[in-house]
Amino acid sequence: MMIELFRNPNYDFLGKAKYFIAFSAIVMTAGCISMVTRGFNLGVDFAGGTKLTARFVAPPDENQIREALRKGGYAPDKIVIQRTGRQLSQSDRNEVFINTPQTETDVDGDKRKITEALQQHYGAAAPPDKLDINLVGASALADRLAERDALDLKRTLPPGEAEKEYRRFADHVMQIRDAAGGTLADLKAIPLTGFDPKMAEALEQAAAAGAFNIVSAEIVGPQVGKDLRNRAIVVTIVACIGMLFFIAFRFEWIYGVAAVIAVIHDVLITLGLFSLFQWEISLTFIAAMLTLVGYSMNDTIVIFDRIREQLAQRRRDDLATVTNEAINQTLSRTVITSGLTLLSVLALVLFGGEVLKSFSLALLIGILFGTYSSIAIASPVLLWWKRYLERRQPAAAEAPPARAGGEKRAGQRAKSAPTR
Amino acid sequence: MRENVLQRAIVILVVTLGCLYVTLIGWRSPRLDDFKSLDQIKRNLAANIKLGLDLKGGSHLVMQVMADEAVQKMTDDNVEKARAILENIGISVKEAKRLSATQLAIAIADAGRAGEARDKLLEDFGKSEWTASVSGDTLTFTLSERVAQEYRRRAVEQAMLIIESRINAFGVAEPTLQRYGAEQSHQILLQLPGVDDPERVKKTLVLESNLELRPVDGAYRTYATLEEARLAIGGRTDVEALPLDERDDDETLDEDGQPLPKRRAQPKPDAPTQFLLVSKTPIVVGKDLRDAFASSGSLDGEGDYRIVFKLKDEGAKKFGDWTGQNIGKGLAIVLNGRVKSAPTIRGQIRETGEITGNFTKASAEDLALVLRSGALPARIVYLEERTVGPSLGADSIRQGVAASIAGLLFILLFMVAYYRLSGVNAIISLILNLVMLLAVMVMFGAVLTLPGIAGVILTIGMAVDSNVLIFERIREELKAGKPVLNAVELGFDKAFVTILDTHVTTVVSSLILFVFGTGPIRGFAVTLLAGLLANIFTATFVSKTMFGYVLSRSERPSELSI
Repeated sequence: MMIELFRNPNYDFLGKAKYFIAFSAIVMTAGCISMVTRGFNLGVDFAGGTKLTARFVAPPDENQIREALRKGGYAPDKIVIQRTGRQLSQSDRNEVFINTPQTETDVDGDKRKITEALQQHYGAAAPPDKLDINLVGASALADRLAERDALDLKRTLPPGEAEKEYRRFADHVMQIRDAAGGTLADLKAIPLTGFDPKMAEALEQAAAAGAFNIVSAEIVGPQVGKDLRNRAIVVTIVACIGMLFFIAFRFEWIYGVAAVIAVIHDVLITLGLFSLFQWEISLTFIAAMLTLVGYSMNDTIVIFDRIREQLAQRRRDDLATVTNEAINQTLSRTVITSGLTLLSVLALVLFGGEVLKSFSLALLIGILFGTYSSIAIASPVLLWWKRYLERRQPAAAEAPPARAGGEKRAGQRAKSAPTR
Repeated sequence: MRENVLQRAIVILVVTLGCLYVTLIGWRSPRLDDFKSLDQIKRNLAANIKLGLDLKGGSHLVMQVMADEAVQKMTDDNVEKARAILENIGISVKEAKRLSATQLAIAIADAGRAGEARDKLLEDFGKSEWTASVSGDTLTFTLSERVAQEYRRRAVEQAMLIIESRINAFGVAEPTLQRYGAEQSHQILLQLPGVDDPERVKKTLVLESNLELRPVDGAYRTYATLEEARLAIGGRTDVEALPLDERDDDETLDEDGQPLPKRRAQPKPDAPTQFLLVSKTPIVVGKDLRDAFASSGSLDGEGDYRIVFKLKDEGAKKFGDWTGQNIGKGLAIVLNGRVKSAPTIRGQIRETGEITGNFTKASAEDLALVLRSGALPARIVYLEERTVGPSLGADSIRQGVAASIAGLLFILLFMVAYYRLSGVNAIISLILNLVMLLAVMVMFGAVLTLPGIAGVILTIGMAVDSNVLIFERIREELKAGKPVLNAVELGFDKAFVTILDTHVTTVVSSLILFVFGTGPIRGFAVTLLAGLLANIFTATFVSKTMFGYVLSRSERPSELSI
């Protein structure tokens, strides 16, 4: 026997359209008010500024970092220090985001300044005469090892070979460091297989393990952020217009318009919620918005397709009845598809990591409302417009207004109106 | 429905094998060891599917060439040239100055000769590039906007060539360097995968290297403040005061340009800057350099780093002539408007010289590299930097992939539980869909980025949706009492219209995103487009064939596991 979510569902969705619209209006109004008064929590991608991801060798104390940056000349109220939301792995616990608007004249000046401030504060771990193994790259380490030449390789090996050997060891050290999540707490933890055991000594003479590593940096000048945002908005609008034309070509104008209204509704609600809860909007948010637009369109078209099909078969039925039945007939598909997609996005929210946070959260809300809007917004808009057209044609008395029926006839009537 | 199952199965098999071949081996003939071990397969996969910098780590840099400075510099040169030309033909210049980047004005003493001056100067500046207007004793020259545009474009091109040669000197693997944004934005995008010291590379790429060797004016004398130096200059226009980095005037050069070994006082870092008067006209400039390299001044080859440069023939001749005539005078080695050192000439020097200063091995090597690659036509500033360390990139792949697989597994389980045998059908087409998606990406050399993963998720969603649409449709027809064969047929036919509509709508929008979008938007559109194309094939053709095979096994199928 089949497992079924709904056995012959027959809910009166359109009858409740007023409540849906009221609900959407409330959420949208709240969102719009928040957008106007509070604005968005824009990440560096859009607001400009510097966002560094620092990984420490041990879980860092936020107050200490704040203190270090204050000494480095940063006003405490401008700097945002965040911990990763999930604390699943050791590297999550050791990680901290440092966020600041641009304070230096050079776009990338803050990165240097913050790194220096942290180095000053946590300096005890890495004395100035030694390289900080967590901050330098392989080439710098290799140069330093070759310069010190603790193994006296330059005398024993042919020219050039000593540098190569030190470089090979430096690459090895960096590989171990990056595999360990970007930081090494102890130089003695580096395995020496394949190398002269004296390399450990050479390394300790040349370098020390500092307290932190800057594992990623996002630095965006103010103009770039603005350009990016404007471009994303324009492209999304153009894409919506493109879809509107295609739907108009396949169906009718009003179907395209109704679908686009539903999409705008979803975008506004998602933006509103991001403003209300002040969730951070980063670059990946754009990708989520695009996904949302695609998903919402897809969902609406499935219902519209069914309406078109039913109208072609049952010309005598009322559009409201047909629309409601179309929603009901596609209901199990809607719930299964949305449910499954929602669950895979939920997996992304929970386990996808901090980088994807803004993206997966936007997607979660978008899919939820994208599904909802096809039923609660797009279908009523379609129905109301059709009814409005009919009311403007009182002369069309051959059919009672309530049973005005098929889209084709409604369309014809609208077109032939001026000639009567 | 049941016809041609075999032929259709062969088509599917060929497509699947083709896609697997492309993803696992790529555009080349297979080798014996391609499937030797799991590691080798992984390596091949990694080589074929190119990951974006956000996933594999590296630096993404957007820089801006201050192209207007190049135009400005040319206008400045023309101001100087005009002065010289007019003095030459006996017209005295009251004032000559640059008004804007593309405009200069010259006031002459004898207004009656303005026409002559205009013609003479236009001839030199280039009649097709400059226009002149005369009012009273003042001549105004304007560079046409079209030509200025061309100069800016050339400045960007030149800057890109220089940056390219500097990157190559660093030996970065697979860098990409391209124009970025609108034509007039003068922006350059540079992507460096896996550089081990991005800060050093970044600094060196935009390092200015305007090297000039100029005569020290008169007797060697330093001034404590700029005001004092200006007073000493008085009304003269051929000299200027420049900050001096190394105050040691005892340094001397011998016959070959090597400094005589001597006690060399290092300037104290906290000592106040001093100024030196030098001539405005250089003897030789950076363009005259043939080679430059870092070298150690001490006997054991370590420490006391400096840059040794060699001059080209023409430059060497000029330099040799000057040093031969000016024994005992000072030579200022000017780098980016600062006097690096000012040795006294003890004998004629032809082609070799040195720049000393507080150099470390790395900074000496970087400066030598910059001198070799030539001077940038204009300043370059960074607008954007995204650096992802290799460890963080690996983390985001791991987490994103783990989450996607968890989501996918749940979907697959649900499909089998809910649609039973038909669910297996859906799983096969879903997996095939992903294989095809990867193959299409390999074929077009597309790069997988984080937004690209978003495209994959939407693709999976739409693939599941297609199957759900078909299955629900078949169920409806079955419930309406249609025979199995008929129901499947009708289900596919009716769902196909919907699938086509939804897919084409999304294709329309992703095409627009691909054409007009940049960076992240494009990455998203690429994977989505590839996925949609694959999906239309798998959801309709592949799935239908599998149903056809199941139904063809009995003469009159009466039951369907759905």
